[in-house]
Amino acid sequence: MAGGRIRARLKRSSLYTFGCIRPPRETIDEPHQFQGPGYSRHVCCNQPGIHRKKPLKYCTNYISTTKYNVITFLPKALFEQFRRVANLYFLLAAALSLTPVSPFSPYSMIAPLVFVVGLSMAKEAVENWHRFMQDMNVNMRKVLVHTGDAGVFVRKPWMKLEVGDVVKVEKDQFFPADLLFLSSSYEDGICYVETMNLDGETNLKVKRSLEVTLPLDDDASFKDFKATIKCEDPNPNLYTFVGNFEYDRQMYPLDPSQILLRDSKLRNTGHVYGVVIFSGHDSKVMQNATKSPSKRSTVEKQMDKLIYVLFTLLVLISLISSIGFAIKTRYQMPNWWYIPPDHQGLYNPHRAALSGFSHLITALILYGYLIPISLYVSIELVKVLQALFINQDIHMYDEETGTPAQARTSNLNEELGMVDTILSDKTGTLTCNQMDFLKCSIAGIPYGTRSSEVELAAASQMAMDLDGHNHEFSRTGAQSGPEIELEVVPTPKGVSSQNRIKGFSFEDNRLMNGNWAREPNKDIILLFFRILALCHTAIPELNEETGTFNYEAESPDEGAFLVAAREFGFEYCKRTQSSISVRERHIPSHEPIEREYKLLNILDFTSKRKRMSVIVQDDTGQILLLCKGADSIIFERLSKNGRQFEDATKKHLNEYAEAGLRTLAFAYRKLETSEYSSWNDEFMKAKTSIGGDRDSMLEHLSDIMEKDLVLVGATAVEDKLQQGVPQCIDKLAQAGLKIWVLTGDKIETAINIGFACSLLRQGMKQICITTNGDMVTHASEVIKENILMQITNASQMVNLEKDPHAAFALIIDGKTLTYALEDDMKHLFLNLAIDCASVICCRVSPKQKALVTRLVKEGTGKTTLAIGDGANDVGMIQEADIGVGISGVEGMQAVMASDFAIAQFRFLERLLVVHGHWCYKRIAQMICYFFYKNIAFGLTLFYFEAFTGFSGQSVYDDWYMLLFNVVLTSLPVIALGVFEQDVSSEICLQFPALYQQGPRNLFFDWYRIFGWMGNGLYCSLIVFFLNIIIFYDQAFRSNGQTADMAVVGTVMFTCVIYSVNCQIALTMSHFTWIQHFLIGFSIVTWYIFLILYGMLSPGLSGNVYQIFLEALSPAPIYWLSILLVAVACNLPYLAHISFQRSFNPMDHHVIQEIKYYKKDVEDRHMWRREKSKARQETKIGFSARVDAKIRHLKFKLQKKTSVFSPRAVSAPTTTPTATAS
Amino acid sequence: MNANAPSSSSGGAGSPDVNAPRRNSKRPKYSRFTQQELPACKPILTPKWVISAFMLVTVVFIPIGLVSLFASRDVVEIVDRYDNACIPPGTKSQKVQHIQDARSNKTCVRSLTVTKRMKQPIYVYYQLDNYYQNHRRYVKSRSDQQLRNRGDENDTSSCDPENEANGMSIVPCGLIAWSLFNDTFSFSTRNNSQLNVNKREISWKSDRDEKFGSDVFPKNFQNGSLIGGGRLNESIPLSQQEDLIVWMRTAALPTFRKLYGKIEVDIEEGETINVVLENRYNTYSFSGKKKLVLSTTSWLGGKNNFIGIAYLSVGGLCFLLASTFTIIYLVKPRHLGDPTYLSWNRNPGGH
Repeated sequence: MAGGRIRARLKRSSLYTFGCIRPPRETIDEPHQFQGPGYSRHVCCNQPGIHRKKPLKYCTNYISTTKYNVITFLPKALFEQFRRVANLYFLLAAALSLTPVSPFSPYSMIAPLVFVVGLSMAKEAVENWHRFMQDMNVNMRKVLVHTGDAGVFVRKPWMKLEVGDVVKVEKDQFFPADLLFLSSSYEDGICYVETMNLDGETNLKVKRSLEVTLPLDDDASFKDFKATIKCEDPNPNLYTFVGNFEYDRQMYPLDPSQILLRDSKLRNTGHVYGVVIFSGHDSKVMQNATKSPSKRSTVEKQMDKLIYVLFTLLVLISLISSIGFAIKTRYQMPNWWYIPPDHQGLYNPHRAALSGFSHLITALILYGYLIPISLYVSIELVKVLQALFINQDIHMYDEETGTPAQARTSNLNEELGMVDTILSDKTGTLTCNQMDFLKCSIAGIPYGTRSSEVELAAASQMAMDLDGHNHEFSRTGAQSGPEIELEVVPTPKGVSSQNRIKGFSFEDNRLMNGNWAREPNKDIILLFFRILALCHTAIPELNEETGTFNYEAESPDEGAFLVAAREFGFEYCKRTQSSISVRERHIPSHEPIEREYKLLNILDFTSKRKRMSVIVQDDTGQILLLCKGADSIIFERLSKNGRQFEDATKKHLNEYAEAGLRTLAFAYRKLETSEYSSWNDEFMKAKTSIGGDRDSMLEHLSDIMEKDLVLVGATAVEDKLQQGVPQCIDKLAQAGLKIWVLTGDKIETAINIGFACSLLRQGMKQICITTNGDMVTHASEVIKENILMQITNASQMVNLEKDPHAAFALIIDGKTLTYALEDDMKHLFLNLAIDCASVICCRVSPKQKALVTRLVKEGTGKTTLAIGDGANDVGMIQEADIGVGISGVEGMQAVMASDFAIAQFRFLERLLVVHGHWCYKRIAQMICYFFYKNIAFGLTLFYFEAFTGFSGQSVYDDWYMLLFNVVLTSLPVIALGVFEQDVSSEICLQFPALYQQGPRNLFFDWYRIFGWMGNGLYCSLIVFFLNIIIFYDQAFRSNGQTADMAVVGTVMFTCVIYSVNCQIALTMSHFTWIQHFLIGFSIVTWYIFLILYGMLSPGLSGNVYQIFLEALSPAPIYWLSILLVAVACNLPYLAHISFQRSFNPMDHHVIQEIKYYKKDVEDRHMWRREKSKARQETKIGFSARVDAKIRHLKFKLQKKTSVFSPRAVSAPTTTPTATAS
Repeated sequence: MNANAPSSSSGGAGSPDVNAPRRNSKRPKYSRFTQQELPACKPILTPKWVISAFMLVTVVFIPIGLVSLFASRDVVEIVDRYDNACIPPGTKSQKVQHIQDARSNKTCVRSLTVTKRMKQPIYVYYQLDNYYQNHRRYVKSRSDQQLRNRGDENDTSSCDPENEANGMSIVPCGLIAWSLFNDTFSFSTRNNSQLNVNKREISWKSDRDEKFGSDVFPKNFQNGSLIGGGRLNESIPLSQQEDLIVWMRTAALPTFRKLYGKIEVDIEEGETINVVLENRYNTYSFSGKKKLVLSTTSWLGGKNNFIGIAYLSVGGLCFLLASTFTIIYLVKPRHLGDPTYLSWNRNPGGH
């Protein structure tokens, strides 16, 4: 209240007839009779001390959403880690490495495992810490709490709250816990809450306190306040509450309207007092918190299969080696006098089978290097870094709301590059949910000259189409004209944004500045304005600085109406218990006259009634019923003589709907005093009656009153499209993505928005599948049959269509969808939908959104992305492979459930086409390379073992193997995963067709994977056999020494390090200093390690002691064999990629070349042409529209080359403005 | 949103803080790193690059291959398999019996003809075949601590099964030491002048200096019930037992050579060398071959044609690849950056 605002204290309860009428005092309901389990909570108000000890000890208001705490972290995080099969395998291997079976020393098995698991756990710990900090942020919020018996409120952090505490919550603060509402700054104990965080609804909800607690309306009155509450146990149900309130030895029943839920916000109310009932995790919102399902990307699922392939390979070679070992032990070892048989242990020729079996375990550990231990941890690290880049992308930062993009889960990055179908919400996602008063129709005359964005889009499209046509026309005339510029953004003309008023975009001089008085129907216009100014439930708030009013309305539409009324000269300025005052200024130069209307009744808006009315008495004593509502509802309630403007208004309403506007019809009725008073008596009686049929009685009475109306006019409010939506949809369509719109709106609005976004266009065949209104009475089988017939007919039509350019749009409504989604029909429906270029589902419930998403996901087997902003999109977001939430205006529900959050729909283009494309390629290449390097290394162990009588001896020192995955080869591959770019971000955006490499999975198909594995196999053979042949018997130095196992092992290992690091250099196409550094670093580290390790005392380094400095580096053959092996290993790959690029180049190869030779600068024409051609075949988006139009014109030209008439082209919405431009 | 219209706010419930100052704190900081715009070199495989790369490999590899082959050709190597020749013919069991019989005469004379002048130093190797010095049980059976330190004499736990005999620790313990190769060779020329075999400095210097203690003497060695290979002079410290040091460097493969000594005089072409050898080491029980090798070395080491051949083959292959690519480019050139190769131009159905 510090903002200098003045608000009249008024009994808000009288504004609401149904929602919060208070039964008279004497008719208090019986207290709830409940007992037993589920209703055990006992709250002693204002005595928090009682709740500090048992048996009434409840949890504190401290909340924690962390997964772990200090004590549970270790066991829980470890458990999580070892749920992964690969990690469990390594754990087993490490455990077995402590036994004599192990081919390695224990530390070389345990150290990498500890490192890898430690890293993953460190990541968990950091994430947990962030969550903890977030929690603490909430926990440390301050709230006024009553202390002791002093009647004094002090600020305490939320976490210190206890059950039974009395708190005072001020305006625009969040409730710290679930509270029992005692009293508010309104004298009748009403308050308004916004539950956006709970259910995503933006309209305000009314709560009302018990009458007995109304006197508790200042701080001091809580000094001796004592009461007890008995109520239900904590549960997640947001809309129910059962309990009794015992005060002054009286019992009062409680219901949900007295409960203020945690995380909802106090609005429009100065302050409220409340008692904490449920604190912390007992509160309903916390009970509701569900974990979003963990999703895994396609690549990762495929990688799992790959791991299984490798496991199979591992088991296979282990079996070979154990059989080999058994045979050797049985038949040959008895002859080897220098290795006496071991009759107790592993080397027992008499029990060769047993030896073979125990050797199987040895072999499984030995060849464990086939399974890259660091794969998971590297991928995780890479994904976190990729997510960081997504979060940091300045092009996805919304200046308006100050929100950057946010990758909420990092494990789906590469999935962004594989999306096939986008399922989008409409309101808040494609549109802003910001209402602007744009047009109106009064007495059958349309007012408002400004075009809606839909019209503007259509107009600019039209202009562009003509442009495109002209170009085409001139090209056929053998001239080269300018290329079609697709990036035309429709800008509203003649509107300076300076004098834009929020909620009001109306422009028409006939009505503005008092000019309406000169219009022929000025009486009706006056009435229209009065309805605008009177028929609402908003509260004015004076802004003292500017002297104007702000309106606190329940819905943005209503706010737009009041702003419009004010701009027309009817400023709603005051509301009291029983009156509404409007400052009317009929002539601009005159001082406004304040006119007071007696407010008799309000028949408020419900979604069932679809209308609201007020009954007012003006200063002449005339009683009026003013009504606004959905056109269909109003039209059926008109009186016979009230239909004067019906036809004209209907026509305008259709036009408005066509232009993508939301419409309401206005009507009134004059009432005789006697008629009114007799009705009012009945109404009051009903209001004060008790019992379940009270509501239906009230509704019935309202129904009686709201009839015989006289139509005044209609309004059209624009639900604005979000910035850049049509452009973004166009690009996404060019990238080959299919876009479905799922909306709760009605079919007409949805179609309008479809046109606005170019999802629909003229010439597209619309297939509307609906249930007719008269069919409602039929049995469901009949309806179903009818729908089935519609679907089969439509499918036939689509299949029989011969024109390759024909496009179909499927439009289906929610009711029909219930049938279409049933098991026996859904595949027919899906097949039809896939054949259609765009699909729009209207009037769908949140559940249906999720079901449709599941149908697409499971039916097509392709990757789906769902994008939405509200709580109603949560199901869809969680169901889709990727859920994207729009962060910003609406509640956080969708964002909380999403995997990625962006501020605007248009950022989706960059998220998918740039980041998705990059991440997909990075991860795919990274995984392929990972398997390559581990096969190349792991198989050399196998070959060597075959030469040691399958005894399980490794040629490498334990330390080499330990460092291989963790240090020596991991950093370049991480750099590949984080920094690789095939083409720059601009090119990704300019050539949307490149995106299709992801959905087609060109970089992670089995052909490619096995290619890489084959490369690994080849590399292992080269490394092993070249070195063996070179080193096995001859002296390797001029002073005669022959190579022992340590020398051979070190040489071979060096070759592996060189080969795999050269390989990754060949794989990369983008080298920043980081890649250069890391590849170099890996090789240099190996030498540094070798030198340092060789310098350690021989007790530690064993046979490696001084090996590099003394034995290897002076030997030329060492260096020669490295060069030979490294080149020989990479030769086939180099030849392959050279060949591929030369004769079968992929798109990004060609573009890289164009860029490399700067051809894009030299030959701008070619570059522009390719940019415009680089798209997938699509039938949606405005480029497709242009194509269709060009085809159309070409066709016409061919047919009759006589005259070209631009009139022949008809824009989807033909309005004066559209054709004028 | 419109900050310039303070007079009007519908106060829609959905926009809680319209006029709040922009929260720019969350604005990502621009840096070339975070925007993934770091300068980078983006090499692409143009035909020029591909052909030059292959040619470069050819140009580097062929000379290396030739030089290696020449070096290898200069090396003179005489290999003589003596295991069967030095023992009375018979079945395998008889051979084993012969070799295990301590009283049988194992002296054997071989004569080798030098086909090409051998410059000193001439390295004498023995080569064993089918001998698994790399078997895990064998490799592990040693104690580096014991070899290094006199104090760690009893550190024989890793030496199973040759860790102790008669209740006392064996120095050096373990299977490797126990199975020490013990054939001996002495050489003389046709005119009966003795060719001295220098057995010093045939092992790695670091092994002598650091890994085998100069104060560790063999003890209780070959005193067990089973006699393995050679015996050691108990008065010479391990650091000077170079045969043992060489033997303890286990070989990587079942076929291996180990240095026996050096002959530090030149031997002329056509010279015959008489070798008197004591054929004591048992390879007969597992049909292993024994060979005596005399070899000179080049800068590359011993006779190793393979590396030269490998270099030549890789170089040749690269030459082949380079010429293939050249021919293909000449026959069917692809203009680089030719947009007609873009997928949307190649299959017009895509558009």
